[in-house]
Amino acid sequence: MGKNVTAMNGKRSYKLMIVDDSNIIRRRIERSQQFEDLHVVGSAANGVDAVEMFKKMDPDVVTMDLTMPRMDGIECIGQLVALKPAVRILVISALADKATAVEAMERGANGFLNKPFTDRQLNEAIAELMR
Amino acid sequence: MLYEQELKTFVDGTTNFFEVAAQQPASIGSPYLMEGSPAVHEYTGVINISGKREGVVYFTAPKAMLTVLLMKMQENDFSHETMRDLVGEVANTISGNARRDFGRDFVISVPSVLSGEKPEIPQKPGQRAFIIPINWRSHSAKLVVSLA
Repeated sequence: MGKNVTAMNGKRSYKLMIVDDSNIIRRRIERSQQFEDLHVVGSAANGVDAVEMFKKMDPDVVTMDLTMPRMDGIECIGQLVALKPAVRILVISALADKATAVEAMERGANGFLNKPFTDRQLNEAIAELMR
Repeated sequence: MLYEQELKTFVDGTTNFFEVAAQQPASIGSPYLMEGSPAVHEYTGVINISGKREGVVYFTAPKAMLTVLLMKMQENDFSHETMRDLVGEVANTISGNARRDFGRDFVISVPSVLSGEKPEIPQKPGQRAFIIPINWRSHSAKLVVSLA
């Protein structure tokens, strides 16, 4: 992965941004992710706010919903990757069709997790993303 | 005419949410035809369908069921907005399942959420609607499928 910060204990620490229009899902991801070296630096409820927050917080990892108001996830992925090609993006969406997954990957996403998801599925997907 | 496989897609989308998000499966009651005004509880997530089929599918649940579902999801905010958020996520899952199974023949809307006991369900008069009871723990919600 790209630039990251070094924590007090000398371990590398990665910054996570959560993008989803559901408060429940945003809180769920924040609560469920179990990586000591991954810290939530912000969350956004739509693509427009996500791009603004991304510029300020410079996250290394992003979880991205697709169906959102103002700017959808597909468009947002393209903008984030243009700003920081090394960013790792995990799409978390209820859109379960293959065409949507392919489109997200073509825009620059690195992984796809279907909603609903278990804590284990979330953590495995993030681990795969950070590998 | 509603085909059994189509009905199964909507039912599976609904039960999948309970099984995965709450780690506790829901059971299905016997489907029946709706008579009279739309059957709704306090919170309703609606998806509109056009293309090969035209109509509406909605998941409607009582507040008590959604409260327990939120608890099972380790959520501690039980506000009106969170209830709406949750029923929208269930509808979102139903919509995603339908897109996967039906492909581009069906145009499936982004879910909308209604609350209150008499919301305006955008249902064509005279169109048949199947009601599928969704039973979970001691609670019961309804999945309503009305497609022509």
